[in-house]
Amino acid sequence: MLAYDFMRHAFLAATIVGVLAGAVGWFLVLRGQTFAGHALGHVGFTGATGAVLIGIAPLWGLVGITMLGGIAMGLLGERAGERDVAIGVVLAFALGLGLLFLHFYTAYASEAMALLFGNVLGVSAWMLRVLAGLGLAALAALALIARPLLAASLQPELAEARGVDPRLVGVLFLAIAAVAIAESAEIVGVLLVFALLVGPAAAAQRLTPRIGAGVALAAALAVAESWGGLAAAYYTDWPVTFWIAAFSAVGYLAAGLVGRTAGL
Amino acid sequence: MSAVCFDRVRLALGTRTVLDDVSFAIADTEFVGVLGPNGAGKTTIMRAILGLLAPRAGHIAVLGQPARRGNPALGYMPQARRERGLHLRGWDFVAAAGTAAWGLPWRGKAERAAVDRALDLVDATALARRPLAALSGGERQRLLLAQALLGEPKLLLLDEPLISLDPHRQAEVVALVRDVQRRLGIAVLFSAHEVNPLLGAMDRVLYLGAGQVALGPVAEVITGPVLSRLYDTPIEVLELRGRLFVMSGTQDMERTPHPHAQGGHGNGREVQHARL
Ligand SMILES: Nc1ncnc2c1ncn2[C@@H]1O[C@H](COP(=O)(O)OP(=O)(O)OP(=O)(O)O)[C@@H](O)[C@H]1O
Ligand SMILES: [Mg+2]
Repeated sequence: MLAYDFMRHAFLAATIVGVLAGAVGWFLVLRGQTFAGHALGHVGFTGATGAVLIGIAPLWGLVGITMLGGIAMGLLGERAGERDVAIGVVLAFALGLGLLFLHFYTAYASEAMALLFGNVLGVSAWMLRVLAGLGLAALAALALIARPLLAASLQPELAEARGVDPRLVGVLFLAIAAVAIAESAEIVGVLLVFALLVGPAAAAQRLTPRIGAGVALAAALAVAESWGGLAAAYYTDWPVTFWIAAFSAVGYLAAGLVGRTAGL
Repeated sequence: MSAVCFDRVRLALGTRTVLDDVSFAIADTEFVGVLGPNGAGKTTIMRAILGLLAPRAGHIAVLGQPARRGNPALGYMPQARRERGLHLRGWDFVAAAGTAAWGLPWRGKAERAAVDRALDLVDATALARRPLAALSGGERQRLLLAQALLGEPKLLLLDEPLISLDPHRQAEVVALVRDVQRRLGIAVLFSAHEVNPLLGAMDRVLYLGAGQVALGPVAEVITGPVLSRLYDTPIEVLELRGRLFVMSGTQDMERTPHPHAQGGHGNGREVQHARL
C-alpha cells in the first residue's frame, strides 16, 4: 500500500498531526477545555469556506480563524459557566456563516465534504510541508510553555503567586491548540477533530498517572489510531475518517477496561 | 526582621475597602492564626502579601523587602481547591505546581530531590505514589502543604487548610503545620473560620473584622471588648471546657453556616456580612 504516493503522504501527514493532536489534546483534557476545542473546529469551518470564497487555500482560512478564535476564547477567561455559553453562541453563528459562504459557492460541494469529514488521502507534497512546518512550530511552542501551563492548569492561584500569568498562558495555549485543531481538521474534518484530539488523550489519562508518560502515550495513540485507520481504509474501501473515529472510540473504551484492571 | 510588616495599609477590591489604615508586624518564627468571618479579608490579606494585590495606600514589607509577586521565599496554599488532574499521581501533581519558569517540565536531580524532601516533611511520600482521585480530602491537603513547602520558604501562607475536614483531621493538620513550622524555624499565617482548632498551636492571633485588625495573644484578642470594637456590635466570648465561643446575642458567630466549602471569591459572602 505504500507503493502509492498518496498513501505515503497520508501516512506522513497522519504521523505529524497525530503527535501534535495527541500532545495538545492531553492538556486540553486536563484543562477541561474539550468543548472549546470542538467549537474551534467549527469556527475553522467558516474560515476555510471563507478562504475558498476569496480564492485562497482553505488551510490558511482554517488556521487563521481558529487562531483568532482561540486567542479570543483565552481572553474570555476562566469563568466556566459563562464561557461555555459564550462559546456555544459563537460556535452556532460561525457554523451558520460557514453555511452562507457555501451557499455562494455551491460548485464546491466536494470541498465542503472534505472540510467536514477530512481528506487525508488528498494530501499534496506542498500540504505535507505546510503541515510539518506548522506542526513543528506548534510543538516547539507547547514545549516552551509546558511548565507554566501545567502549573496554571492544576492550581491557577498558586501559579499566579509564583509569577505565572494564567491568562497569558491560557491564551498562548489556545493559540497552539488552534493549530492542532486546524491540522486535525485536514485529516479527519472539522466535525471529527475529537477523534484525534480527545480520544487518544482521554485514553492516555486512563492508562497512566504520570505527566510525561501521559503526553507521550496520547501522541503515540493518536498516531497509531490514524495509521490503523489508513490501513483499514485501504483494505476495506470504507472512509478513513470512519476508521480513525472508530479506533479512537475503541481505544478510549479499552483504556477504561485496562485502567480498571490495573487498578488506576 | 519581621516576616510581614503592614504600615498604614489600605486594601480594596473594586470599590469595596477590605482593610483600612492597618498596621501590624509578624515575627519571623511565629505561627499566627488569621481569623475573621466570611468576607473579612483573610484571602485578600494573603494576596496582598504575595504581591498579587497592590495596597491603595501604605506599605507592605515581606521579609524586609517590599511585597512582590513571584517571591520564592513565600509558600502558599490557596483557598480555592481545584478538581483538575485527579488522575495524576500525587508526586507529579506536587512537582508540577512548583515552578513557573518557561520550558519543558523536565526535572533535574536537584528538583526531584526538593520534591521528595517537601513530601517527606509532611510525611506524604507513600501517599504521593497514588493518584489524587484515590486520596481523601485530608490526604490531598497534605500534598498541598508539601507543594507550599517547595523551594524552602521562609513564610507560609495557608488559606483555610481546615475547610471540609472533620475535627480529628483538623487537629492533625494543625499539629503537622506546627511541627513543620518549628522544625524549619519559619513564619506561618494560617487562616481559619474557627479559633478552637488552632488554640494550642498558634503563638498569636490576627483577627479581622470591619476593615480593622487586632493582633495579639488569644487571651488578649479573643475577648468581648476587643471583638465588640472590631465588629462594632456587642460580642461576648464564652469559655467552656477549654473551648472558646464567640457570641453575638444568642448566635455563635463562628458557627453560622459557611455557604462555600470550595470556591474562592464571590459567593454567599454578602449574606454572611449582613448578619454581623
Ligand atoms: N472582585 C471583587 N470586587 C469587589 N469586592 C470583592 C471582590 N472580590 C472579593 N470582594 C469582597 O472582598 C471581601 C474580602 O474577601 P476575602 O475573600 O478576602 O474574604 P475572606 O475573609 O477570605 O472570606 P472567606 O472566609 O469567605 O474566605 C469580601 O467582602 C468580598 O465580598
Ligand atoms: Mg478566603
